Amino acid sequence: MNSEDTASATPRMSVTLTVNGKDEHLTIDPRVTLLDALRDHLGLTGTKKGCDHGQCGACTVHVNGRRINSCLTLAVMHEGEDVTTIEGLGTPEHMHALQQAFVERDAFQCGYCTPGQICSAAAVIEEIEAGIPSHVTPDLGDVQFSDEEVRERMSGNLCRCAAYPNIIAAIRDVREGGKA
Amino acid sequence: MLFDKPSPPNPADQGKIFGKPHPRIDGPKKVTGTAPYAYEYKLAEDNAVYGFLLGSSIAKGRIASIDASLAEKAPGVLLVLTHENAPKHKPENSRAAPQLQGPEIKQYEQAIAFVVAETFEEARAAARLIRVTYRTEDGAFVLADEKDKGKPTKTAPDTATGNFDKAFAEAEVKVDVTYTTPDQSQSMMEPHASMAVWEGGKLTVYTSHQVLHWAHAGIADTLGLDEDKVRVVSAYIGGGFGSKLEVYSDPILSSMAAIKLGRPVKTALTRPQIYNHTTHRPATIQHIQLGADRDGRLTAVGHRTWSGDQEGGEPETASEQTKLLYGGENRRVETRLTVLDLPKGGSMRAPGEAVGMLALECAMDELAEALGMDPVDLRIVNDVQYDPEKGPERPFSSRKFVECLKTGAETFGWSARKSKPGSVRDGDWLVGMGVASAFRKNIVQESGARVRLMPDGHLVIETQQTDIGTGSYTMLGMIGAEMLGLPLDAVDVRLGDTDFPKASGSGGSWGANSAGSGVYYACEALRKELARKAGFNAESVSFSDGRIISGGNAVALTDIVRTGAVEASDKAEFGDLTEKYAQASFGAHFAEVAVHAFTAEIRVRRMLSVCAAGRIFNPVTARSQCLGGMTMGIGAALMEECVVDPRYGYFVNHDLAEYQVPVHADIPDLDVIFLDELDDQSSPLRGKGVGELGICGVGASVANAVYNACGVRVRDYPVTLDKIIGRFDL
Ligand code: FES
Ligand code: FES
Repeated sequence: MNSEDTASATPRMSVTLTVNGKDEHLTIDPRVTLLDALRDHLGLTGTKKGCDHGQCGACTVHVNGRRINSCLTLAVMHEGEDVTTIEGLGTPEHMHALQQAFVERDAFQCGYCTPGQICSAAAVIEEIEAGIPSHVTPDLGDVQFSDEEVRERMSGNLCRCAAYPNIIAAIRDVREGGKA
Repeated sequence: MLFDKPSPPNPADQGKIFGKPHPRIDGPKKVTGTAPYAYEYKLAEDNAVYGFLLGSSIAKGRIASIDASLAEKAPGVLLVLTHENAPKHKPENSRAAPQLQGPEIKQYEQAIAFVVAETFEEARAAARLIRVTYRTEDGAFVLADEKDKGKPTKTAPDTATGNFDKAFAEAEVKVDVTYTTPDQSQSMMEPHASMAVWEGGKLTVYTSHQVLHWAHAGIADTLGLDEDKVRVVSAYIGGGFGSKLEVYSDPILSSMAAIKLGRPVKTALTRPQIYNHTTHRPATIQHIQLGADRDGRLTAVGHRTWSGDQEGGEPETASEQTKLLYGGENRRVETRLTVLDLPKGGSMRAPGEAVGMLALECAMDELAEALGMDPVDLRIVNDVQYDPEKGPERPFSSRKFVECLKTGAETFGWSARKSKPGSVRDGDWLVGMGVASAFRKNIVQESGARVRLMPDGHLVIETQQTDIGTGSYTMLGMIGAEMLGLPLDAVDVRLGDTDFPKASGSGGSWGANSAGSGVYYACEALRKELARKAGFNAESVSFSDGRIISGGNAVALTDIVRTGAVEASDKAEFGDLTEKYAQASFGAHFAEVAVHAFTAEIRVRRMLSVCAAGRIFNPVTARSQCLGGMTMGIGAALMEECVVDPRYGYFVNHDLAEYQVPVHADIPDLDVIFLDELDDQSSPLRGKGVGELGICGVGASVANAVYNACGVRVRDYPVTLDKIIGRFDL
């Protein structure tokens, strides 16, 4: 709902975000997380709330090109920043390569962790290509794409349905197909 | 239609679509974030307000005082409900979930107040302003301390065959061991959430529930509304694993507030609330006694399980599989339930077997070692094709257990296993292999559906059935497509709405077989009606490529429905075939595990499950169900445990950081093989339950592999490194 319409003594702040390429002006309670701003104020419910505590990854979005847990940050901290959510990656009619690969590989069941997995996966592919090492990188100077690298980097995205092997396969498909 | 005789050949057997691999038809919505879950419904009038629950911070006692005056005056607050001002409920049915009815506290995190405000932040902040004092009472929280007060149950009655005591005393080889399993949490990714809308004397509740007619009855009865004044919608459900079989406070409190305020109210439990507010799988203590002759044939089979629940609760039925899995003339299987004041126990994926097999299948491994026998062979020797308590007059409807073991052993390379623990080393890692059987009873439930062939030729299927990730949308669509001779994309499947015919819902692995049979019978009725309209004899028609065919004549379906849609409904009811035949799905799990020689870190390296579960409706989604079960089984073996605080009677590790579930890095590639099997006694679709089979036994195969790797037998799950470090030779 649009909280600016309602009378209450809670102080509000205004913030402008660019969400999926569109400027969005919000006047909101400064306690609103980026996640709730997307879900409750902008109606972008593709980004999920699994824990609200940075423990599950369901709320993963890209801010200025980097993946973050949107539940762990306040919307008003992102003035002027660029946010990409699952809705910005593709639509049912025009799916992003990762979305397509997730369907083909059955890389989800209930689907609740899935937008977060996909947003994370898109960033993981870029991080590896940019040569950013991880805990399991054997040679810090030579970061290579491998299932082990992907598993490590995706481990902040829990999937209780445990589509893990299929998620790894979907990411591998996209990376090998060069479609990311 | 009543299913009470083995199924003759039928149109679902054609194998054109049904039984073939298909990606999920709901996939594009889920991967793009456009499938709406309970909290996410967008209403025409965007005036929803937010509920926030305050839970009790004691486990047992009474509220001495509760002062909500500060909360009521807080910014944005519209309503604060406590037991002092909440409307009274007069529930009559067992699904009801009365809230805020008095000062008594029965569990930690029980709802004691509910705040509704214009925004989520305001509701949450106001809830913290409520001042509560309690009169705390002592409670019983530790199963081991209470177990001797345990009583037999109706749910899992004790059974005895032959003379167990004598046979066990005289057995040539025996094991006599006690295993424990901890409380576990379903921890599905979507928190429990509800959005209640009160409009024109009718209540609509969007909620996250696995069995809609249970939710429907529970919500209506609690609120004292007629069921026809209540609609419940659960079109997409972010996992359940048994947690969403109950009605908790979120739909009830949201509805109470929506009725009072005349505005939609939405409420989600916070993740930390979930662990103590909702159900969990209760802990067990299991005493297993197995006696065998020198050839490994079981002569005495004994299993007693203790678990606890609140007064009037249910046991964790962990002994039950032992009634059916292995042969042996002298048997004693028992269940004891004691009263605990922990949060209410409930179902979690494969209640009973999931933890019963953790104990039984390790005890079998111990017996194999005592016999000096290969554990695969021990299981094969003890196969039985009938209910061993009832004798050959109650055969299994189908049981490819030995085939599962043999196929698995061969595919996995089991012959390379060294029977002496600690024999295989790979660098700093000790490597071992383990096996366990898989068993899950087959359950079917009454289930209905409505099908409608639309004037443009596409088929609409409507049923209350839910899809909790199990693939119902796709499987039911495949059944409709097969029955009417249509492509899958000509079928529109609508689920999870009490405006549709009552269905089995999702639980106990009964969903696909039961709801699928409902759709099958509704399609049969529709086929008859279409044949009649085409002027054909319904007995001799077939449907293919959008046409109805009889002898040399064919009519396009679109010609029949040109003047209006044709609709039919029916439901599947099941007779006594589950009495006449023992019905269960079977399998075998194989695991290879590495234990770090110096840190005792445990890693699963590879795993294979071989399953025989009747017809596999959609190999894509069935495989995913098995992957999910295997992973949850690895979790049960190596990490999952709700830690009880014995002073305050709650689960301490109540979030996803502290309750450990497997993550990407814990899970290697997993293999699943389905054996061909058709079960004529289970349903017209010839399937059996598969969703839970994948977890039953998995953890034991991992624990047995840990033992084979390093020689340490842990009998208290989970098998964490602190329980093995320093206990094996390097
Ligand atoms: S909702 Fe943000 S990490 Fe779980
Ligand atoms: S698909 Fe259900 S949690 Fe990942």
